[in-house]
Amino acid sequence: METTINETENQFFSNKKKGVDIKGKFVVGITQVAVLLIIAILFIILGIIVYEGREKFSWEFITSFPTDGMTKGGIFPALIGTFILVVVMSIAAVPFGTITAIYLTEYAKENSKIAAAVRFSVRTLAVVPSIIFGLFGLGFFIQFMGTGMDKAFNGGELHWGQPNILWASLTMSLLTLPVIIVSVEEALKTIPRELREASLALGATKWQTIKNVVFPGSISGIMTGTILAVSRGAGEVAPILFTGAAYYLATLPKSLSDQFMNLGYHIYIMSTQSSDVEKTMPIQFATTLVLLILTLSLNLVAVIIRSRIRRKAK
Amino acid sequence: MKNIKIEVKDLSLYYGEKKALKEISLEIPRNKVTALIGPSGCGKSTFLRCINRMNDLIPDVKITGQMLVEGIDIYDKNVDVVNIRKKIGMVFQKSNPFPKSIYENIAYGPKINGIKAKNELDEIVETSLRQAAIWDEVKDRLGDSAMGLSGGQQQRLCIARTLAVSPDIILMDEPASALDPISTSKIEELVHELKEQYTIIIVTHNMQQAARTSDYTAFFYLGELIEIGKTNAIFTKPEQKQTEDYITGRFG
Repeated sequence: METTINETENQFFSNKKKGVDIKGKFVVGITQVAVLLIIAILFIILGIIVYEGREKFSWEFITSFPTDGMTKGGIFPALIGTFILVVVMSIAAVPFGTITAIYLTEYAKENSKIAAAVRFSVRTLAVVPSIIFGLFGLGFFIQFMGTGMDKAFNGGELHWGQPNILWASLTMSLLTLPVIIVSVEEALKTIPRELREASLALGATKWQTIKNVVFPGSISGIMTGTILAVSRGAGEVAPILFTGAAYYLATLPKSLSDQFMNLGYHIYIMSTQSSDVEKTMPIQFATTLVLLILTLSLNLVAVIIRSRIRRKAK
Repeated sequence: MKNIKIEVKDLSLYYGEKKALKEISLEIPRNKVTALIGPSGCGKSTFLRCINRMNDLIPDVKITGQMLVEGIDIYDKNVDVVNIRKKIGMVFQKSNPFPKSIYENIAYGPKINGIKAKNELDEIVETSLRQAAIWDEVKDRLGDSAMGLSGGQQQRLCIARTLAVSPDIILMDEPASALDPISTSKIEELVHELKEQYTIIIVTHNMQQAARTSDYTAFFYLGELIEIGKTNAIFTKPEQKQTEDYITGRFG
């Protein structure tokens, strides 16, 4: 009995597909090669950086100033500069982005032309090359705002009308705004309609509902957006090239009108402008390693929070 | 007139071009339970959501006619929808507690109404939970998340939450449809007790539930009100053929 069943089964399957499916195998093969290639590239890059940077990478490297014409010493001011940059950037971009996202998801009508225009702008902003932001920052913040402020408050004396950490941070915040808006929007959308209705049915106004129900439920989304923005801002160089980053400073910035050193920019100048590029190679790799650890760990935190939101939404 | 709580006159509702409710006119008596029955898509839930203007939230909805609550047209321009919803509470089909503590769920409504004193809030929370017959089950864990309660408990919590803003009218949209038989009977008992103080309108798919819990029953079909009357009469001697077909299970 059993044999007959097996025979019919065999017949059934062999009728369905005769011979080897070469096309299918080929496609699967190509995708596998592509995936392996990507993983390999990533590991080669990481491997080289870790290998080359490992000797120089130390606590002392992170906490000391560069010395001997930046051929020795650490990257402390660049690290602190990067930190201040992302903090000021977040203070500017997070509230602005969150409010925009709240408008888009909560207040804008479905077929609103304004919302469509805002969404279009956000999407466009996200694909503008970062150097354009740098030029915009130079033109708008430094030459227009800064010079304007100097004329108005300092009698034309140069104070704000030059690159500094404030203008660099604001320029960077424009670059990271789309990241925040999209993340917060996504988080707001995961709050179920039932919860909004529950609140409204109790006589809450729309704003009370947003404040007490929608917003608390989106905190993690706002955090994800912030972290992603911070990690992006920590890694970008182009927007701060003309707006505030300095080649070398003997002291840390003391106010927002001071220039600052920055990790990404530090790597750039060490590898292109240094008096002895070969000699500073270990410093470059170690700095790159620090920057990578910084942005990768920030992204990891964002990914974890985001996956927790997704699970909650289900 | 004294015993009429809600009077509906020629109420029609359009979703865009589609007319979902067709010239509904009916009266809902005070301190009674009125059941709205009818097959899916007949407009009974849509009608229920007209009573606390929940349909305002849906874009492209247009409503004509009058919805008089205590003689006041709630769709009048001068009427504040927020006040309407404070007076007309709603319990939803799917229990929807806030992801907050049991206490905070109940205190939510009073708080947005400006009650801040802790002792006052404590009292409202206890009274509401007692009224919703869930106090004994949760009194020792008011600080725990409401999400940890069972489905039936969550639904009674939602009823308590509605009671906490002391409405006159309670709208219930198939409040027991997702619950097991024991939880369902608890909700039904609750409905029975609450009608002493509140006017209750309940949408239900379950004919027995309508028969058990309500004093009046309205039958909706394809956006029209076919018939409304005392529940007894509707279930024993319906005037319309369609009503009879529906309650005897010939369709729907």
